[in-house]
Amino acid sequence: MSSDGRLAPSTLSIKDLPWQIHWDKERCTLCGRCTAVCPVNAIGIGVHRQRLVETTLGLTEPPSSVYGVYYSIQQRTDPAYACVGCAMCTLVCPNDCIIPLRSDEVDKLTYHINRGGQPRRRGGRRNVPGGVLDQIKFIRISMLTDPALDAGRHEFELRTLLGRILPPELNLELLRDEGWIPPVREIYPLMIGAMSFGALSPNMWEGLQMGVAYLNEELGMPVRMCTGEGGCPPRLLRSRFLKYVILQIASGYFGWDEIIRAIPEMKEDPCAVEIKYGQGAKPGDGGLLMWYKVSELIAAIRGVPQGVSLPSPPTHQTKYSIEESVAKMIQSMYMAWSFRVPVYPKISGTTTALAVLNNLTRNPYAAALAIDGEDGGTGAAYNVSMNHMGHPIASNIRDCYLNLVKLGKQNEIPLFAGGGVGKSGNLAANAAALIMLGARGVQIGRYIMQAAAGCLGSESDRCNICNIGICPKGITSQDPRLDRRLDPEQVAERVVDVFLSFDIELKKILAPLGRSTSLPIGMSDAIGINDQAAAERLEIKYVV
Amino acid sequence: MCRLIAITSEDPLSPMTAIRALDVMKEGHDGSGVGLFLSDLGGPFQDLNGTPILSGIFTNAGMKRLDSYMMEVGFLTKYKISIKVPKTPPQGVPKRDMYLIRAYEYPEAWEGFREAEIQHRLMSIRLQLRRIGEEHEDMIVFSFWPDVIMIKEIGDPMAVAEYLQLDRPELQAGVMMAQGRQNTNYAINLYACHPFFIQGVATMTNGENTAFVPIREYLMSRGFPGYVGYQSDSEVFTHILHFMLTHLGLGIEAYKHVITPLQDEDLDHHPSGLFLKHLKHTCRRLIIDGPNCVIGSLPDRTLFLVQDRKKLRPGVIGGKPGLYAISSEMCGLDVAIPDRDKNADFQPMYLDTAYIRPDRQEVIICRQTEDLPLQH
Repeated sequence: MSSDGRLAPSTLSIKDLPWQIHWDKERCTLCGRCTAVCPVNAIGIGVHRQRLVETTLGLTEPPSSVYGVYYSIQQRTDPAYACVGCAMCTLVCPNDCIIPLRSDEVDKLTYHINRGGQPRRRGGRRNVPGGVLDQIKFIRISMLTDPALDAGRHEFELRTLLGRILPPELNLELLRDEGWIPPVREIYPLMIGAMSFGALSPNMWEGLQMGVAYLNEELGMPVRMCTGEGGCPPRLLRSRFLKYVILQIASGYFGWDEIIRAIPEMKEDPCAVEIKYGQGAKPGDGGLLMWYKVSELIAAIRGVPQGVSLPSPPTHQTKYSIEESVAKMIQSMYMAWSFRVPVYPKISGTTTALAVLNNLTRNPYAAALAIDGEDGGTGAAYNVSMNHMGHPIASNIRDCYLNLVKLGKQNEIPLFAGGGVGKSGNLAANAAALIMLGARGVQIGRYIMQAAAGCLGSESDRCNICNIGICPKGITSQDPRLDRRLDPEQVAERVVDVFLSFDIELKKILAPLGRSTSLPIGMSDAIGINDQAAAERLEIKYVV
Repeated sequence: MCRLIAITSEDPLSPMTAIRALDVMKEGHDGSGVGLFLSDLGGPFQDLNGTPILSGIFTNAGMKRLDSYMMEVGFLTKYKISIKVPKTPPQGVPKRDMYLIRAYEYPEAWEGFREAEIQHRLMSIRLQLRRIGEEHEDMIVFSFWPDVIMIKEIGDPMAVAEYLQLDRPELQAGVMMAQGRQNTNYAINLYACHPFFIQGVATMTNGENTAFVPIREYLMSRGFPGYVGYQSDSEVFTHILHFMLTHLGLGIEAYKHVITPLQDEDLDHHPSGLFLKHLKHTCRRLIIDGPNCVIGSLPDRTLFLVQDRKKLRPGVIGGKPGLYAISSEMCGLDVAIPDRDKNADFQPMYLDTAYIRPDRQEVIICRQTEDLPLQH
């Protein structure tokens, strides 16, 4: 632009963008790999006119100017093509000559990602790093009076229960009288939470399923994975591996036509059914699969037309009250499998969680309550929902647990916590903290994408373009040209690595606390925090 | 680590038998307390026909308060032991006004009450006295139950026993449990001193229970008024046992299955696997953790010994027909019953429950992997 030219309001310079591409002309061979790989077309080849001063030897000829041409890798400044910082360019560059660098100040792009009046939508999670879970320390170390255990050699029972547990008196009576006792599953306390076939690429989903199957069948770890709202591939529905799967039903009921039809042919019951009422990343908002990702395969499994956006309503349209939601929906889902499969609701973290919980305690069919905190991830949501809506998981779980203690029902309704577990990489510590606050198990999503498939997203707003099907790692895309970057076998191997290392780390936390015979659910005397207000709120020790 | 001794004898013995056994295990306790539980009483208490006996420590003001309270609820003294102690207590033993062991006549109004009603009322009175005592700091009440005497005090067991003249002929018991305390986590408090007692069930422990807080929360939320206290993390063992016996109607063989259930793979092949899996799931909050050896006495005077899952605390059981003892150390057993067949001594491992029925004829061992006997 010339100095007397005109500017549009959304005209930005590279300086205004959150990510600036640093390119080294000296080392670049202009091979073009970076421009080819960039998911958002943020860079292209630049052709530049350049004036050069040419001097000759001797005194007879005067120096002269010549105009030449040179080529560069040029960053685009149009907000629609702004660099997302994924650094795929760096990954593919043979000469290490290109890298996106974070701007030294708050970007101006954020004011302009709403063209056409459409606010920003993205994947990922709340763009705030860290959180209270990372601050919780394990302070009750067994010393001398009760010897610490050996994490490597002791026998540990790291299992949890999914399903409604009756009071012991009633349960034993029903057992004697052959009455109906709610189904209960013994599972590993770390679950892969709801990520739909559609939100994830087929390769990613297959990799996760294979990893879960291996953990169960070869390593004896009863790890479970939730389908999310996107149905389940027909072959899996009819395989013995279905027992490792928690089927999710949400307000769009996507994929349930296929599931219901498969019931007579199922060899195994699913582990459980999760009814999604809410999600931590976009609380009070429905699911969203944007049209980019509704491929032929996804459309077939979900029973919808191809290439249309699939927004689930924020609520189940047929339910107008909690009694209905709890009684009607949970019980009818039970009926589908003749009362052999636990059914539980999942809600987003909210101050109204206690009201939900109190209703569940009165319904013997409610198998659990899963709560997804504000740091939960998603494949697609409005930025404002992700960044500003929702309740932190720690205090929500704690309130619910203490409420159950008050009611004497802490063993009856399991609480599962999700949303930002392992956000800073501290998976085992975060999970153990939540368990000691009262969760009976934890669900992860984003973490397993990062650890098992190399997801680049971060809470510093890096990448986070899961919503439009152009995941540069092939994790959340539905484009075979991208998916093929991800090998399902290798994802499966990484899933196994993650769970095995988690298992060791969890033991390394529990053994010094002197716990091995059962999961230390609600062992709040073992944890402390260096924040007086948080300590009071969570009713744990304040330590400095 | 605390030292424990429990003795069951056909012929009632003086509590000094237990105290002498504690004395040889002296290096294991630090004088922070001694607790004594006596049942199947001999001597004058033998003929009291199931009238409740109140055991505790009182100030003079507390005695007055006790008397007026008991009058109010209609209890009349039937028999008492007055322990007159020397003016100066031994070193480390606090000065007290009155150690009380007093048997009461049931109020007339209680006639015709069902057994369960009586038991509930006895417990309520004990808890009420405890509450009043804590409020005014003038009463410490250990038990109020037929055929049960409890004595607890801070200090070296032998010194306390001599000070209280426990060798007196009126004190004789067929079942006794004693603990020499090694204070650990908590402040020295007589309510933290083992054995713990509730409605005929008593246990004592050497070890730590790292699952204490969730278990306490669970017990306290059962809606049963007796599940209170918890000055010690070991008190939950008594209450878990009581809960299992009274609420679930299970026998001592099931106790291990509640506090340290088998792992799932073992339950899959267990003859009582289905029942035990349900028991494990529903009583999950009662699973203990941490090294422990639990010795206890049931309402029918069965004595038992169990280890936790990790077997990091000692415990041995031995004796001869008519006289058996359970001790945390072998030397304690040697003092209690020197002329037994030592080859028959048994140290239970992590799957065993060892117990002696009230007929005192043999040590019965049941393993968790065995079929669970029919439920009561």
